Amino acid sequence: MSTPTPPSAPSGENSTPPSAPGGETSTPPSASSGDIKGLRIVESGPLTTVQDFGRPGQSALGIGRSGACDRAAHRLANALVGNHPTLATLEATFGGLVLEATHDLVLATTGARCSGAPHLAPFRLAAGERLSLGMPQAGLRTYVAVRGGIDVTPVLGSRATDILSGLGPRTPEAGDVLPVGTTGRPSPGVDVAPVPEPTNDQLVVRVTPGPRRDWFDDDAWALFTSQTYTVDSESNRVGVRLSGEALPRARDGELVSEGMLRGAVQMPPSGLPVLFLADHPVTGGYPVIAYVDDLDVDRCAQLRPGQELRFSTTAVR
Amino acid sequence: MQVRPSGTTGILLEFDSLEEVLAQYAALQEADLPALDLVPAGRTILVVGDRDTDLSELTKQVRAVDPGEHRPTESAPVEIPVRYDGEDLGDVAEHLGCSVEELVERHRDEEWTVAFCGFAPGFGYLAGAKYDWDIPRRPSPRTKVPAGSLALAGEFTGVYPRQSPGGWQLIGHSLVEAFDLDRDPPALLVPGARVRFVEGS
Repeated sequence: MSTPTPPSAPSGENSTPPSAPGGETSTPPSASSGDIKGLRIVESGPLTTVQDFGRPGQSALGIGRSGACDRAAHRLANALVGNHPTLATLEATFGGLVLEATHDLVLATTGARCSGAPHLAPFRLAAGERLSLGMPQAGLRTYVAVRGGIDVTPVLGSRATDILSGLGPRTPEAGDVLPVGTTGRPSPGVDVAPVPEPTNDQLVVRVTPGPRRDWFDDDAWALFTSQTYTVDSESNRVGVRLSGEALPRARDGELVSEGMLRGAVQMPPSGLPVLFLADHPVTGGYPVIAYVDDLDVDRCAQLRPGQELRFSTTAVR
Repeated sequence: MQVRPSGTTGILLEFDSLEEVLAQYAALQEADLPALDLVPAGRTILVVGDRDTDLSELTKQVRAVDPGEHRPTESAPVEIPVRYDGEDLGDVAEHLGCSVEELVERHRDEEWTVAFCGFAPGFGYLAGAKYDWDIPRRPSPRTKVPAGSLALAGEFTGVYPRQSPGGWQLIGHSLVEAFDLDRDPPALLVPGARVRFVEGS
């Protein structure tokens, strides 16, 4: 999507965000299979990236955190194959990912359930066997964990690819072989993880007033917390763009750019909100009217274009 | 200092001036806070915790940090060799009502401080101490600003770490990379660092 660029950013108001091509991508996954233990990308689908918990603590250098969009699903995928939670998984968007094992491997998928793959349960992929993710019927992002973790070289302490800044390993392409690490941890005695799966129903998430709630009057806040928004197709790992009834501002003027976190709901001059996800800009120049409860942000990462979303001030879990 | 909410994992501290931000940021860095990250900006500092952070306790601790006790370190300024050969030198000089030579002299003699970073990894917003810089952006942003471009906008100067779209006025280019993953640390400019531009060849 064309990312909301803060007005005080050096790119000016109407520019597109810096994107990966030509940026500081590094650590291309190994292009030849050789004898390394790995997963060969047969098809990468609409968008597949390597993800972990990102790069915390470097925002002051302009380096965003990034990491898995649905952290709970990433964590669960690792748990199912006995990985430490910080190991890297693959985040597939709208399925379409086809993998081939170079050696016998143990995998698990979580998040959006795709046809053609076991889900929420560890399974063995023998050398030469393929895993082919169909398109999910509900949810958006599927996590594929492999026992030992995706072992591409970390960039600034993380294997996450940040699509806004271009930092991290480059996006895997057909023919790449992603190295798989080893782990001495015991395999979990788990057959199936009974967790709620993403649905296509309207999602209701809890919000609290953000730092610039006072840029909006009570009527606008009431509209914000009562109307049903629709997820726009221009959404991505940076944020979820929403369409609905535009919110008026109670005041004019420009905001000096300020730090934001995942879950921030920013209100550009259009009056249509952007809910920021993993690859959000470190700072933003439009008022943040609200924050989505951190635990609910993972569920927002599974929202599909066209799906409905409502912001509620009362607990919904 | 005003404390504003920022969700279930952070608080936003707001100040009246950039100077206050810099003083408080330096003090917070030295305080033993249960924080994952500090994000300084033009008038604010975002203090980042996680789901287990008690935000009211964190707020109390932050309020107890006194910027008055902090003395800025007297480390030598980072010297950045540049060439003043940007396309917009003439326009900026005209805006300031001075000659190109005077503009270059002012920029080179200015004492810059990295106020904060953002926009892209390693992009520092540098504020001057001697002059009141207030430079308008280009009426229409360039789609491609070359990596290393030395630019001015508003009260700040900065070096584009890589090619990107940009609306700042270009006055030259840096002879060193502002952000280089093969260097440790990769970012040349960190908040609070003092910077001098020197003409290189």
